[in-house]
Amino acid sequence: MIKGSFFILLFYFLGQMLSLLMHGFIPGSVLGMILLFLSLFFKILKPEYVKDAATVITKNMAVFFVPAAVGLMAYGDLLSNSLIAIVFAIAISTVLTLVTVALVQERFEKRRKKGETNHE
Amino acid sequence: MNNLLDQIRPLITTEVFLLALVMGTFLLGVYLYKRTKISLIQPLLIAMLIIIPFLNFTGIDYHTFYEKTSILNFMLGPSVVALGYVLYEQIENIKGNVISILTAVFVGSVVGILSVVLIARAFGADKILVASLSTKSVTTPIAISLAEKDGGAPALAAAFVVICGIFGGLVGPIILRRIGIKSSIAKGLAMGSSSHALGTARAMEMGALEGAISGLAIGIMGIMTALLIPFAERLF
Repeated sequence: MIKGSFFILLFYFLGQMLSLLMHGFIPGSVLGMILLFLSLFFKILKPEYVKDAATVITKNMAVFFVPAAVGLMAYGDLLSNSLIAIVFAIAISTVLTLVTVALVQERFEKRRKKGETNHE
Repeated sequence: MNNLLDQIRPLITTEVFLLALVMGTFLLGVYLYKRTKISLIQPLLIAMLIIIPFLNFTGIDYHTFYEKTSILNFMLGPSVVALGYVLYEQIENIKGNVISILTAVFVGSVVGILSVVLIARAFGADKILVASLSTKSVTTPIAISLAEKDGGAPALAAAFVVICGIFGGLVGPIILRRIGIKSSIAKGLAMGSSSHALGTARAMEMGALEGAISGLAIGIMGIMTALLIPFAERLF
């Protein structure tokens, strides 16, 4: 667990360093995720080292959002001024994005499966 | 009553109490969800709906709460990094899907930015509001840095990211089921690209493959949105 925590923090730090070099264009955590993936893929890091720690924290991610979600209360006045515009824009757009991505990906997969069966 | 509140305030503004409050209300949400199986009863939402009125009632300001529970906020970073391992575990399932994943997220980010900008404008939202809304589907750090560049307000952008995440995490699984999506990759990709890490937290509950793909989608969506925003700015 300590070994896993260490490596996750190490990759987080490396990600932040890289992020600094690109002026924060991509956040350190996302770069850390990519670096960790690449290190495992190219067998630089043994998967057993991070397995336990990574499994525990990714399975319980939602609880880490509580402080940020409670933070919405600090924007109460700002949000209530244009509440209808904000709610409609976010709700409709989020659903459209969700549906588009899911349908495009599934269409691709179906077409490929069809292609595979046609070859047989 | 107020006297009593003043007396216990030092006690209820401690890390121990506030962290226990977060965990406790979240657990209550988990319990209620398991008992009722109603997908709108999400632990995060339950925690939020109890904690916000509680802080208002006791007069604890948000900054105190945020400071004392900052360890949880910090953990968001490592949890995104840890998704790199989940992704590695699922590598066999992702092979051969690279082109479709990139295409789907690209189309999704175009649809997402255009729709939020056009709808907000139709409701008469001002330029700052529209600019801050345009980055709602990406993870907070990306949204904040983009908002600084495109004339939005970083604090607002961060708030919209959270609202979008809560909403997508809440209704996403219901809608995906309703429209009959079967593919795990399609589900995870849709959750991550529409509602970033909060969508991913929900995708992890659907399955390891969904979660891994969702984590990947956060990164791709962030990069694509960053590349698309300069073109969308003309619409603000």
